[in-house]
Amino acid sequence: MTNDLATTIATVPDGTGSGSPPADADLATMLLIRHFELALLDLFARGELHGTTHTCLGQEHVPVALAPLLGERDYVFSNHRGHGHYIARFGDPAGLLAEIMGREGAVCNGVGGSQHIFRDRYLSTGVQGESLPVAAGVALHLKRHEPGALALTYIGDGTWGEGAVYEALNMAALWRLPLLVVVEHNGIAQSTATDANMAGTIGARAAAFGIAHMRVESISPAEIRTVAGPLVDKVRHGAPLVLEFVTNRLGPHSKGDDTRTDAELRRVRAADWHAVYREAPGFAEADSLAAAQVAQLVDEVSARQPAVWSTA
Amino acid sequence: MNGRPVRVVENLNHALHESMLADSRLYVLGEDIADPYGGAFKATRGLSQANPDRVITTPISENGIVGVAAGLAMAGDAAIVEIMFGDFAGLAFDQLLNFASKSVSMYGRPHPMRLVVRCPSGGSRGYGPTHSQTLLKHFIGIPGLSLFEMSPFHDNRAVLAHMLGLGEPCVFIEDKVLYTRRMAGDGQVDDLFDYGFLGAGDTAPAHVYTEAHGDVDCLIIAPGGMAERALAAMRDLLLRHEISCRLVVPSRLYPVETDALLDAARHAAHVCVVEESTAGGTWGAEVAHVLHERLWGRLRRPVRLVHSADSVIPTAVHLEREILVQADTIVEAVLADLRGEGSPV
Repeated sequence: MTNDLATTIATVPDGTGSGSPPADADLATMLLIRHFELALLDLFARGELHGTTHTCLGQEHVPVALAPLLGERDYVFSNHRGHGHYIARFGDPAGLLAEIMGREGAVCNGVGGSQHIFRDRYLSTGVQGESLPVAAGVALHLKRHEPGALALTYIGDGTWGEGAVYEALNMAALWRLPLLVVVEHNGIAQSTATDANMAGTIGARAAAFGIAHMRVESISPAEIRTVAGPLVDKVRHGAPLVLEFVTNRLGPHSKGDDTRTDAELRRVRAADWHAVYREAPGFAEADSLAAAQVAQLVDEVSARQPAVWSTA
Repeated sequence: MNGRPVRVVENLNHALHESMLADSRLYVLGEDIADPYGGAFKATRGLSQANPDRVITTPISENGIVGVAAGLAMAGDAAIVEIMFGDFAGLAFDQLLNFASKSVSMYGRPHPMRLVVRCPSGGSRGYGPTHSQTLLKHFIGIPGLSLFEMSPFHDNRAVLAHMLGLGEPCVFIEDKVLYTRRMAGDGQVDDLFDYGFLGAGDTAPAHVYTEAHGDVDCLIIAPGGMAERALAAMRDLLLRHEISCRLVVPSRLYPVETDALLDAARHAAHVCVVEESTAGGTWGAEVAHVLHERLWGRLRRPVRLVHSADSVIPTAVHLEREILVQADTIVEAVLADLRGEGSPV
């Protein structure tokens, strides 16, 4: 039944993986996310944030690259490491920061916090793999009632340990659902390296279901769109896709819980898009601008009243 | 109702057909539910023929199916999931606990989730330890999740419509033995007992009595699957021991039907809560707590809990019978209570 689904295994052919520097608007969003995440770690270090958070430092280019490939009718399911996903979709760092800080203007009135966000057709959940069957259900709804729209779900490499992933992939392939699974493969699940967690490969696992798979190493939003765009279009017509990004987690899993060696961290930092593009024209100015914007945002949101949760 | 009342599974089947007819956005999902098989207990017979696009027979993936159903609900559709054996709801627990029920409120504003998870439950059919349980106690006290049980007194057409209209996920416990029994009809159970409802709503608790008003020796509170055994016990207690009982069968088990149960308990010297769950953390304990808080000092004795033994449910018929609550278990419990004996631990 699924034999006619094309299975593609591709690596974006780019020697450095960097491509040309991002366009101004893309760079601005990537930097906004970068400084947003750095500010969160700083707020935690100063004891001004409650609970926990998971930053996406090093992965910012993924949702920025995908944003223009998505339409308003598309659903996005995010995970615990979702601040970049939210900012790339809505450009609303204030609502997100207010949510994380429990202040007025919080997207979910402070109830959901960092990893339980719901706005329009964007939704994040805090349990690994849980969103895949839900996204499959939404994709089923879209296929029946809003053909052409898709459900995207972001997961990590560690998420592939969850059985829910395979139950959902099976149904997505069987029922030809417009489901796009974006894997941010950063090589580490909390503190455990992927090679201690995963037998085989993500590509082979997708292939087992007859689901197309593309592996992307580029950090260039324009290049990513060029290669992924046509396959994303196919998703809209019922060909589910696993789009795997080789990426780096620059920061700790949550706060100060990084047990990687110095050598490993040096390797990760050298491959970071911020390091790769920092000499590009206009980068330094854009970086300063984003830093200043986030600093102002932190001041502004910190001064707000506590969020109010009305259950009525 | 004209003629002999239909069997409970037929009533449930009609309810599913009517619900799908009434709501073009309602999906039914489950394993082996499509025709000609029509589900392990035939509750979905004819449903896929009548609604080929919206009745989806699924892979063996309870967690995935409930997730898909929650996704449909999230997007504004409604979904009913059949878990082939309620025991397997354990595989779907994460989706129910951490997603479907949470989504009603965890995003800071109410979000309706029209989702019903049907769980064929209970023993007495020799299916053994992993196919005979009643898991209701595991679904108690989850914010945003309501718990109902099928009963011969409650028309499944009304109950299903009610659950789908609630806007929050529901677990529906269906006693497997009850499928083969007939629905109650015309307010009469048998030559001794009549029945009515404690309230006007579609899911108001049913009550069964020889006399609707006045005081009785013992009030028995039991979910629908236990009603037959409770009635047999009541008959025996009345005819052999001259002990008068009244039975209340709530359709909604959680949240507890506090007001109706309190009113009923005020007219009884003793109260027993009977269920098929095995011992420990039972629904009855929750009901008893509600009654104790309000009626402490008025009750002659603490509410007595009657449940199955603290054991796996064996397969062999004689062993299974020893573990599960039987009519005579209830008789013994009521007699012991009236004698002032404490509950066996």
